[in-house]
Amino acid sequence: MINYDLVVVGGGPAGMAAALKAKEEGVEKIIILERAETLGGILEQCIHTGFGLHYFGEELSGPEYAEKFIVQVEASDIDVKCDTMVLDISDDNVVTAVNKTDGLVKIQAKAIVLAMGCRERPRGALEMAGTRASGIMTAGTAQKYVNLDGYMPGKKVVILGSGDIGLIMARRMTLEGAEVKVVCEIMPYSGGLTRNIVQCLDDFGIPLRLSTTVIKTHGRERLEGVTIAKVDDRLQPIPGTEEYIECDTLMLSVGLIPENELTKNVGIPLDRVTNGAVVDEMRQTGHKGIFACGNVLHVHDLVDYVTLEAQLAGKGAADYILGRTPGEAIYVAPQTGNGVRYIVPQKINIKNPNDVKLYFRVGKIYKNARVVVECDGNVLSSKKKVKLAPGEMENVVISADVLASMNDNSTLSVRVEE
Amino acid sequence: MKKELTCVACPLGCQITVEYNGEEVISVTGNTCKRGDAYARTEIVNPTRSLTTTVKVDGGVHPVVPAKSSKPVPKSMMFDCMKVINAASVTAPVTIGQVLIPDILGTGADIVATNND
Repeated sequence: MINYDLVVVGGGPAGMAAALKAKEEGVEKIIILERAETLGGILEQCIHTGFGLHYFGEELSGPEYAEKFIVQVEASDIDVKCDTMVLDISDDNVVTAVNKTDGLVKIQAKAIVLAMGCRERPRGALEMAGTRASGIMTAGTAQKYVNLDGYMPGKKVVILGSGDIGLIMARRMTLEGAEVKVVCEIMPYSGGLTRNIVQCLDDFGIPLRLSTTVIKTHGRERLEGVTIAKVDDRLQPIPGTEEYIECDTLMLSVGLIPENELTKNVGIPLDRVTNGAVVDEMRQTGHKGIFACGNVLHVHDLVDYVTLEAQLAGKGAADYILGRTPGEAIYVAPQTGNGVRYIVPQKINIKNPNDVKLYFRVGKIYKNARVVVECDGNVLSSKKKVKLAPGEMENVVISADVLASMNDNSTLSVRVEE
Repeated sequence: MKKELTCVACPLGCQITVEYNGEEVISVTGNTCKRGDAYARTEIVNPTRSLTTTVKVDGGVHPVVPAKSSKPVPKSMMFDCMKVINAASVTAPVTIGQVLIPDILGTGADIVATNND
């Protein structure tokens, strides 16, 4: 058994920022365990720019954003094991991992940060008839083929789902000479950032068909085409609206799922909406000493927010390891009011002496609406928003003064008013 | 004339209204930062876009290295730039920030590596 103060599971942006923050806060022995060959996580294949505007004040590509943290990790005495898969976390914080050089390793940790990220929803999760012809893949898989392996997975492409990865891949494939015929979105709105619809679809004249899905794939060995159809209010295909589109590639960008197998195995309670752990304001889960941050906690649209969240988790883990946590904890759970799908953190220790930022997502698109925060029946803030969309994470700050005025019977809520 | 734009300068995606007369911009409203103002003005006169792609590498860990234009290139020249980039190859090692293709097609933008390989 090896001993570490802090074990960080995952070496993407969340894991690196958490480890670096914990180091800065005075934690001595830290190790990052990463499944891939290198640090950086998914950023390594996200070669488009748009990362870092909030955090660094400059627009970076994914690898450049990652590099800024990789350099710091390498310059520190944080240990890193890549090509290493964590298999299990025990109730008493023993991390079991495996790799080719060490075999099976057991690490006793004082605290653990979960930063495993998320994965894409696969074809099997969709109701889609047809054969298992090649040429059907998630947009992220296609992104890896093109951007890391340097080969084009197809020439005529249909994309299902208008999440950001799908939109980014529509542009990427077009620039590399493929014909992207259409992007279909089952919902009546896109789940991607508006700027990506403008610069990835509109710029190249790629049509976005809303309330439309792929109902059948055609072809035996290789995909030959897909049948698309309009859907009704209940997202069911409308008979008579079917349309055949010839293509050799179908890319799926139909949602991301936090990768929480380890979390579930150790018995940590999950939030049914985020599919991530229920956490407090320092991102501590329901299991003492285990923290979570980044896309494994809830899917983020901007990596900048992942970094900020991971630093909270790193600070939380450091405080826990070094015995600096405020003695008695009194938790208040912020309630999701009208229009708000979820809030992270799900609970706040009101004894915490700092401002707390609540991150949330809305359930549909709102124009000229207000975000209202209420505490014990008093409106704390009512902020006008030109636009609110499910694809864009919002936040409100609850000040330390407000928290100090609360007690264990207090209520706190966030809602949207049209 | 008036034109509604979605700013692509950052992920916020502000809705901007530009009032203009031919190539002369009269007013820009709806933006929340200076970058938005600049974006709206160039979008009317000469739309430009940052270009991100990959460049072939010989002898590296990966067969390609990611790259970007050091500044936005004219939107109308993106495919011409891609032809030049796809015909090029560099030899490993490549370091992040290294200029792979200087002044592509006279745009003043360099194609710069965004990772090591």
